[in-house]
Amino acid sequence: MRLWMLIVAAVILSFISLFVGAIDIKPSDLLDFDSDKMQIFLASRVPRLMAIILAGAGMSIAGLIMQSLSRNKFVSPTTAGTLDAAKLGIVISMVFFTQVTYMQQILFGFAFALAGTFIFMQLLDRIKFKDVIFIPLIGIMFGNIISAVTTFFAYESEIMQNVSAFFMGSFTLVVSGRYELLYVAVPAIILAYIFANKFTVAGMGEDFAKNLGLSYKTVLNIGLVIVALISTTVVLTVGVIPFLGLIVPNIVSLYLGDNLRKTIPHTIALGVVFLLACDIFSRLVVHPYEIPVNTTVAVIGSAIFLVMLFRGKAYAK
Amino acid sequence: MIEIKGLSKFFAKKPVVEDVSVTIQPRTITSFIGPNGAGKSTLLSMVSRLLDSDTGEVLLDSANVKGIKSQEFAKRVAILKQANHINVRLTIRELVAFGRYPYSKGRLTAEDEQKIDEAIEYMNLVDMQDKYLDELSGGQKQRAFISMVIAQDTEYILLDEPLNNLDMKHSVQIMKILRKLVDELGKTVIIVLHDINFASVYSDRIVALKDGRLVKDGPTNEIINSEALQEVYDMHIPVQEQDGCRICVYFNSHS
Repeated sequence: MRLWMLIVAAVILSFISLFVGAIDIKPSDLLDFDSDKMQIFLASRVPRLMAIILAGAGMSIAGLIMQSLSRNKFVSPTTAGTLDAAKLGIVISMVFFTQVTYMQQILFGFAFALAGTFIFMQLLDRIKFKDVIFIPLIGIMFGNIISAVTTFFAYESEIMQNVSAFFMGSFTLVVSGRYELLYVAVPAIILAYIFANKFTVAGMGEDFAKNLGLSYKTVLNIGLVIVALISTTVVLTVGVIPFLGLIVPNIVSLYLGDNLRKTIPHTIALGVVFLLACDIFSRLVVHPYEIPVNTTVAVIGSAIFLVMLFRGKAYAK
Repeated sequence: MIEIKGLSKFFAKKPVVEDVSVTIQPRTITSFIGPNGAGKSTLLSMVSRLLDSDTGEVLLDSANVKGIKSQEFAKRVAILKQANHINVRLTIRELVAFGRYPYSKGRLTAEDEQKIDEAIEYMNLVDMQDKYLDELSGGQKQRAFISMVIAQDTEYILLDEPLNNLDMKHSVQIMKILRKLVDELGKTVIIVLHDINFASVYSDRIVALKDGRLVKDGPTNEIINSEALQEVYDMHIPVQEQDGCRICVYFNSHS
C-alpha cells in the first residue's frame, strides 16, 4: 500500500462525506454563500468531517503508541482501560460539580485516563506470563472493573441515561462549537511524530533502550500523556469509538513494519479512511436516518480483529 | 579497561552477587561462567548499568560508570541481552541504523549511513538487509543484533548468553565473529556463557562465579582444568586436548 493511495482515498471519502446527509446538499448549492444549505454545510457538515478526521487519526496514533510501548499488538485504548478510565473521570466530574464546565470534564477525564493507563502499564510490568492474548484480556477486565465503578456513580446520582447516550460514539451531534476540542489531537500527533524514533526504541524494551542511551521512563511517560490526551478529547466530543486504535496500526504494521517514523503517516491516513468509510456507511444504511458510527466500527472492527487473532497469532508474537 | 570493585547486589536482602572484584583486560574476550544462579547475568547487568549495584563500583577507564552520561556511555559500552523475545517488525537495516542512535538521534548523517553499511557488510547481511526480523532464523537474528552493536561502534561489547537457542553451526559462527571483533577491530568482549567448551575454545580469560561469589579469575588455561572446575561446578570434569583446544568431557562424569 502506498501513502498516496490512502491520501487519495481520504480525499474522495471526505468529499462524499460532505455531501451525504438528511438534507440534500449539492456542490452547486455552495455557490450561494447566504443560503440555508450553505449554513448547514458550514455548521454541520464541515465540523463533522473535521471531527472524523481528527478522531480517526488520533485514536489510531494512540493505539500505535500503546502497542509500541506495551510491546503487545493487541493493546489499545479499548483493551487497556484507557477509554473506561476517561469515562470514569468525566462521570465523576459530572457528579462532583453540579454545573460542570467543559474544562473540568477535560481535566478529570485526562487525569483518570492517564492514571488508568499508567496503572495498566504497571500491571504489565508485574505480570510474568506475557502471552499476546492474555495481556489484552487483563486490560479488558481492568476496563470492566473501572466501568463498574462508573456505572455505580452514574446510577447513584441518577445520570445513567445521560451517561450512556453521552458516550455512544457518534458524529451526529457534532456541530461547530461542539467539537473544537478535538484539535488537541493535532499537536499530540505532531509530538508523536517527533518522538517516533524514541517510541520505536522503547518498543524494544527497557534494556534495549538503555543500551542506546535513551531515558526509557521519560519516553514512556510522554507516550502515556499523548494517549490520555487524545483518548479524553475523543471520548468527550464524539464518545467511545472501539477497535479503531487496535486494528488500524496492526494493518499498517503488517505491510510496513514497526518503525514508527515510517508507519505514523500511514496510520493517520488509514485511520481517517477507515473512520470516514464507517461514518458514510452509517449515514447511508438507514437514510435519511443514521446509526451511531461506533456500531459500524464495532461490527467491522471486531470482525477484522477476529481475523487478526486467528491468522495473525504467529505474527503478533 | 573495566575494573569491577567489590560489587554486590541484593534481591530481598539475599545476595545475588557478593563482593566481586575483577579487572577486564582490553582487547580480550572474557567469559563469565558458572552454574545457574551464580549471578553472571546480574554482574553483567551491573557493569552495563542496566542494574544499579548495592555496594562497590565499576570503573570504565578509571571513571565511575555512574557518573557517565547515558548518551556518552552508549557510545562506549554496548550490552546485548537475550534478544530472541524482541518481536518488533523492523528490517535488519532499520535495526542496525538504531545502533547509531546515541550519535545521531535518528537523523542519520552520511557518516552514520557508512557505518551502517560497514556493519551490515561485516556480518554478511547485505543480501537480506531489507528482510524483517520476524522472518529470520535464530542465528540470523542474533547476527542482525550483533551488527547493530557494531554500528554502535563501542569499545566494549557485553553479551548475555548470545548462544541461547542457537544450533551448533550458528553458535560456532557467532563465537568466530566475536573472536574477529576482538582480533580485527580491537573490541573488548565480555560474554556470559553456559557452554563451558565455547568459553574454553574462544575466550582469553574466564571469570567463574558460584553463588554470587567470584571463585576463579584468570587466563583460560588456568581455569579449564579438572581441579579448578571441580571448585566451580561441584563435579568432576575430565579435560582433554583436541587440536590445541581444551575440551571438557563431562557428559558421563561421576560427581
